[in-house]
Amino acid sequence: MKVLVAMSGGVDSSVAAALMKDSGHDVIGVTLKLWVGPNGEAPTAGCCTVSDAEDARRVAAQLDIPYYVLDYSEEFKGGVVDRFVHDYASGRTPNPCIECNRTVKFDRLLSRLDDFDCDVLVTGHHARTRLEDGEWSLYRGEDNAKDQSYVLSMLTQHELTRTRLPVGELTKRKVRAVAAGMGLRTAYKAESMDICFVGQRDYRGFLRETAPEVFAAGDIVDVDGNKMGEHDGIADFTVGQRRGLGVAVGEPRFVVRIEPATSTVVIGERDHLATKGVVLDKITATSGSMGDGPVIAQYRAHGEPVRALLSGSTLAFEEPQEAVSPGQTVAFYEGDRVLGGALITETII
Amino acid sequence: MIYLDHAATTPMRPGVWDAMTPYASQVFGNSSGVHSVSRSAKNALEEARENIAALVGAGPMEIVFTSGGTESDNLALKGAAWSPDTRNGVVTVVTEHEAVLETLDLLARFGDPTTAVKVDATGQVDKDQLLSALKPDTAVVSVMIVNNETGVVHDLAEIVGLVKGRDPEILVHTDAVQAFSSESIEVDDLGVDMLSLTGHKFGGPKGAGILYVREGTSLEPILHGGGQELGRRSGTHDVASAVGLAHAARLATGDRDRFVDEIGGIRDDFEERLTSGIDGLIINTPPKNRSPHHLNVRIPGVLNETLLMRLDRAGVAASAGSACQSGAAEVSHVLEAMGLTVDQARESVRFTFGWTSTGEEAAEAADIVVALVGELR
Repeated sequence: MKVLVAMSGGVDSSVAAALMKDSGHDVIGVTLKLWVGPNGEAPTAGCCTVSDAEDARRVAAQLDIPYYVLDYSEEFKGGVVDRFVHDYASGRTPNPCIECNRTVKFDRLLSRLDDFDCDVLVTGHHARTRLEDGEWSLYRGEDNAKDQSYVLSMLTQHELTRTRLPVGELTKRKVRAVAAGMGLRTAYKAESMDICFVGQRDYRGFLRETAPEVFAAGDIVDVDGNKMGEHDGIADFTVGQRRGLGVAVGEPRFVVRIEPATSTVVIGERDHLATKGVVLDKITATSGSMGDGPVIAQYRAHGEPVRALLSGSTLAFEEPQEAVSPGQTVAFYEGDRVLGGALITETII
Repeated sequence: MIYLDHAATTPMRPGVWDAMTPYASQVFGNSSGVHSVSRSAKNALEEARENIAALVGAGPMEIVFTSGGTESDNLALKGAAWSPDTRNGVVTVVTEHEAVLETLDLLARFGDPTTAVKVDATGQVDKDQLLSALKPDTAVVSVMIVNNETGVVHDLAEIVGLVKGRDPEILVHTDAVQAFSSESIEVDDLGVDMLSLTGHKFGGPKGAGILYVREGTSLEPILHGGGQELGRRSGTHDVASAVGLAHAARLATGDRDRFVDEIGGIRDDFEERLTSGIDGLIINTPPKNRSPHHLNVRIPGVLNETLLMRLDRAGVAASAGSACQSGAAEVSHVLEAMGLTVDQARESVRFTFGWTSTGEEAAEAADIVVALVGELR
């Protein structure tokens, strides 16, 4: 096969490229240039820094594969960063890495496979794909602690048929061992935990710098509507947040709800965080469509999957859940197999 | 690999490397020393200086050795703006190389008056605007001869005449790095006060360039130190590179007539093949006042990023004009200045020919381009 490997400069995608090359495929490496700062500066953290691109380039050279940098900064700005800002301004808690997968990697890049004369897209995600009865399934990665199937839960047959995830078959330890065995310079590279365009600072700092307009002052109220204090902007808060509320009532208080229309932050006791269910949008299934009925749902990247009942666009949790926020993604599972995904638009208290 | 990116860099001409190597090994002296080891190096350096000076019609003391075109452009603009002379204004053109435009940006940030004059749809500087940009505080005007992205050629002698006619005190600098292979470079014919050249564009080593500085021109150095190059450029001389630069300049000058005829003919043939093979092809390089070795084309419906990758895999090396540090193709500021939209600029590819180019490989490359465009459309 001719394969296009999205190389971030980390160990996982380096090994993905190496494994494909070792299996005799015709491999091209690409790094996506996703983010440039307001003054054209390259990011210094996360998965798209200049030094990361340099690592990817060097690994590609070592593997003796063609390597290119593709500029997706406009798509990234519109589809990921602007949305990130808009989501916080709307009281939601976005996951920009999922949006990047959805709008850039598995949409724009995948759609250009023909342009590059390639058959499939390969990434370094820790998840597995299997061809079963003529259809592609998505499974959790071999290494449960590193599993990234949650962030790929929006993939459907359209993407899965043209996607390969070789690294998902290995534990992270094994990935590093393979890299070390091949002498790849990324073998012992630390993982990037930061959001690439935010960097090592707080995301709130990023919002204040790039979108000060989303900071409109408002009230902090309790669940009965009594004013408890004031705040500088709802983007400073996420549901479940306990610290930095600036309100002293003697007992722990949590953000239980954000009301963007009035710029109001509602705080309450831990019990008030209990969420009975959520309203979903963009419900996708890896194959066909998600049917109503009992499901196992996971609403955080490394959260515990919980039992729930799906009925149309409503998902009712069997046990009330804490700290669920609009903007988060829900992944549906059957055992280790991903059934589909969706985006939370509302919570049901 | 068929190499059609000679404007980025071109291979060394035969004999250049051999001429250089003694000065990287046996004759290793610091040309500024007082002993025989240094004298040999110094002698080679001054011989190189005399040779290159003669090739551009300059005096030896008017040649400043630099690390290349970028440094030469920086020295010309910053040196003129920062010289003890009271004038500090800089006027240039929006289609200049980044070495000029980024320097202009720096000077503007430091408070010097700067102007970048517009160009017309063919890439020719707007002469009326150029003249009206000249002010009593203008220290230097910088206009390139051959544009690196499109190959449009400016009539420098005419531009110098206009500027000096308005105000003879204004210095005129030209970035001639793309021009040396094909254009006769005689500083007195051009009338310029400063002129940048770099070795690797005409078959010399990389990291070696010159700035011609007319005698009597007041220039503040940008590298301070041991006072080499009459104080105009400090730093221990790279004698081997200077020797290689001069050697290549001699070879390129001797090859210039052939270059214009033969390489120009190869480029024209390539252009014809693309024009007849690709529907709707737009030639961004203007039909007149063009260099013999550049061809910039727009292929509607085909992203240059995609085409360049496919060409690379098919064994043809071309470019989109300029690339950023990460290697991603950038939207050409030159084409944008000529009135192309961002999307049109993203459909534009540059093929540039050099002293090693042959008609056979150009014809083969044209066939590959035509076939790939058919596949991608």
